[in-house]
Amino acid sequence: MFSRTRSDLAGIRFLPVAATCLVVSLLVLPVHAQDKNPFAGDAQAAKVGESQFRANCAFCHGLGARGGGRGPDLTRAQKKHGNADADLFRTINEGVPGTAMPPNGATQQGVGMTEAEIWQVITYIRSVQKKAPLQVPGNAAHGRELFYGSAACANCHMVQGKGGRLGPDLTGTGSARSIEYLIDSIRNPSRRLAQGISEAMKEFSQEYETVTVVDAGGQKFQGVVLNEDNFTLQMIDTREQLHLFEKDKLRSFEKTRESLMPAYDERMLPEKNLQDLIAFLLVADSAVGGGQ
Amino acid sequence: MTRERVNARKNAFVVSAWATRQRVGPFEAQGKQAPPLQCRRWMRRVLSLAAMSLLCGVGAQGQVTPQRLLDSAKEPQNWLMYSGDYAGRRYSTLDQINISNAHGLVPKWAYQTMAGGKFETTPLVVDGVLYGTGQDDRAYALDARSGRPIWQYQRALPADIRPCCGRVNRGLAILGDKVFLGTLDAHVIALDAKTGNVIWDVTSVDYRGGYSFTLAPLAIKNLVILGVSGGEYGIRGFIDAYDAATGERKWRFYTTPAPGEPGHETWEGDSWKIGGAPAWITGTYDPLTNTTFWPTGNPSPSNRGAGRAGDNLYSNTLLALDPDTGTLKWHFQFTKHDEHDYDATQVPVIIDQGEKHLIVQADRNGFFYIIDRATGKLISSNPYAKVTWSTSKDAEGRPVTAENGSPTLEGNRVCPGAAGATNWMSPTYDPQTKLFYVTAREQCDIFSTAPQTYEAGHAYYGSAYFPNDDAEPFWGALRAIDPTTGELKWQWKHPSPTWSGVLSTAGGLVFSGDAEGNFMAFEAASGKVLWHFQCGASVYSSPMSFAMDGKQYVAVAAGSALFTFALP
Repeated sequence: MFSRTRSDLAGIRFLPVAATCLVVSLLVLPVHAQDKNPFAGDAQAAKVGESQFRANCAFCHGLGARGGGRGPDLTRAQKKHGNADADLFRTINEGVPGTAMPPNGATQQGVGMTEAEIWQVITYIRSVQKKAPLQVPGNAAHGRELFYGSAACANCHMVQGKGGRLGPDLTGTGSARSIEYLIDSIRNPSRRLAQGISEAMKEFSQEYETVTVVDAGGQKFQGVVLNEDNFTLQMIDTREQLHLFEKDKLRSFEKTRESLMPAYDERMLPEKNLQDLIAFLLVADSAVGGGQ
Repeated sequence: MTRERVNARKNAFVVSAWATRQRVGPFEAQGKQAPPLQCRRWMRRVLSLAAMSLLCGVGAQGQVTPQRLLDSAKEPQNWLMYSGDYAGRRYSTLDQINISNAHGLVPKWAYQTMAGGKFETTPLVVDGVLYGTGQDDRAYALDARSGRPIWQYQRALPADIRPCCGRVNRGLAILGDKVFLGTLDAHVIALDAKTGNVIWDVTSVDYRGGYSFTLAPLAIKNLVILGVSGGEYGIRGFIDAYDAATGERKWRFYTTPAPGEPGHETWEGDSWKIGGAPAWITGTYDPLTNTTFWPTGNPSPSNRGAGRAGDNLYSNTLLALDPDTGTLKWHFQFTKHDEHDYDATQVPVIIDQGEKHLIVQADRNGFFYIIDRATGKLISSNPYAKVTWSTSKDAEGRPVTAENGSPTLEGNRVCPGAAGATNWMSPTYDPQTKLFYVTAREQCDIFSTAPQTYEAGHAYYGSAYFPNDDAEPFWGALRAIDPTTGELKWQWKHPSPTWSGVLSTAGGLVFSGDAEGNFMAFEAASGKVLWHFQCGASVYSSPMSFAMDGKQYVAVAAGSALFTFALP
């Protein structure tokens, strides 16, 4: 009974006692969603769900749920945090702790959704989702060799705790970004640095801008910005040392959006190897990614 | 008995038990002297502060009469309304903290609401007591010297409210012996200023239609005036006035005109019924002409003009109303037929310079408007931030939407972005420098549009906006503008767009915060930073200033804490 929709509630509002009991119960007990989508396969619900999706989800997951620089491509058949209807409901309603995916209505940006609206969004996602699991032509095992070997990705990037920390940890990137975005980030890393969400979620906003400073003693440091405000700079240098500087005490300070990462063009990373690397990144958060 | 009444009773019990134990009011409870002595102490200490010479002449702890609100300039130690004065200047005549000593500011106390979400309050201070609000419709009275609570109130909100943009509240109004709170479930509540007890509680409108209150009400004469939020839900916006003594509603001004009313012809079909035009920022008041000025928000759905052809009056409009009756005197629409969520909900500031009687607004749409306050006629409109939605003006000098400025199905890049060139955070006008200071946001977004069926109480955007993919990040600035010309005098760049309002003081200072968590003091004349403090969270509020025991404080909300700063 706790999965009643808003319209159901409206239907019983003429029964004050029952309504009061229900409201009191709702306040006291956790709300458990039903496991099955009441709108499954309903084209009209999918259309309504698309409106909700555009208003509440597309900011990160893109128009058409195709993902982008901020949120996963939801047209993939396999969802990282569970594939069943109940999993999707939970992910949307409760968010994913430790990630940029907030609980329903908690973004402080858009409006929250009712249970019915969440189900409509799920109906919409199902309607645009590809039938078959994602197939990529590359060889993940060879991609792993490249990552830790000749492509030298691991000098700066980490997967499952192994690698460098100058650049973003790539364990979850394959499932959190579209393939087009991954390719673009390898071929042309300076075109878009890692994208933050918004200042309302400042904790996700490290953009890995390149910074070069000379301190008062004349020592030079180059690295990436970890935190910066108008008065201070926190950075990690290329030797992975953490520094905090007061800007007005520096001899020089230069910041650019030219990534420290080299652009991996065809010569540095032939198409075949690129496909292998993508295949590896797509499974980087699985046992394969961990080398098992 | 409703839940809020239970809470009120609890508060009453706690407070009365405490008062019995102490047998005294809040001053004595802190081991300090009673008000008369307090006044003598103050008098000794603050003789150097000319602005505070009337400190004790107003009857400390007396009722806040309508006359005191009119004469707020005579009580610089107090902050009697959201913007500090009826003109909306957010200017303090206190000058103890000034350009020569601001570098020595230190935190004095902080008050934690222990709540998540954006903390947007501007507190009031009346005779040593600070009255503030917090997330989820909290309200509290604190000893302004120590930050220790005198009473705390939290409304029991229904489980199914879904306010669009955070469970926020920006502050209270005070009149007589009551403070007034507009709630997220669209009630208006009067609390006993001494105890926090609920004195009256009226339902303005059924919140299930998407209505809520987030703003600080404005008290004028014996009325409490406030406007509704809900532009994301297809509400029919309004501004209400309530009798402060009884809670009886005296008038309502609907911001979308019904058939037969002037302006109705600016709506297609029945779209006026769900046309939005909320009024969610506190207005201003000109006592000389007995006119209160209220700006309104976007038409609904915000990102889709199809279905509501016309100018959509009175969305994104400055309304000049008679506060006694709610009668419209004149109106000025900033953005006609808006499709970019350009709410005009910025505090409209009353400025008099010589023969010029102006009302000015740095609008969310990126233009700085100078308007003749008597007639509502536009004097000038010039961009104060990057603007692409409009490239031309009409015969009256108003910016009009460019042909390619409208949202499209797949998205169209437009500046300013959906959060605007500024937003609800307050600007300030400093009569010493004669400059207007505003937080500007340099962010362009991609606006999309799609058909959407209206359903009562459900989000009604007509699609969404997205951050654009520009290589350069968004940024912000504190900008000093000549309010008679719109000319930029100086700016201080913020690393990212901020939601902090601005305060100016007679100490030659301007205070504002940033998204990186800094709260800063600037030299008002030059924009030079004199002091900064890292609050540990983005500033989503507008600062204010007050004095206590001869000491000037500056207060700002950030994270879940209200911080106060003073000289050591």
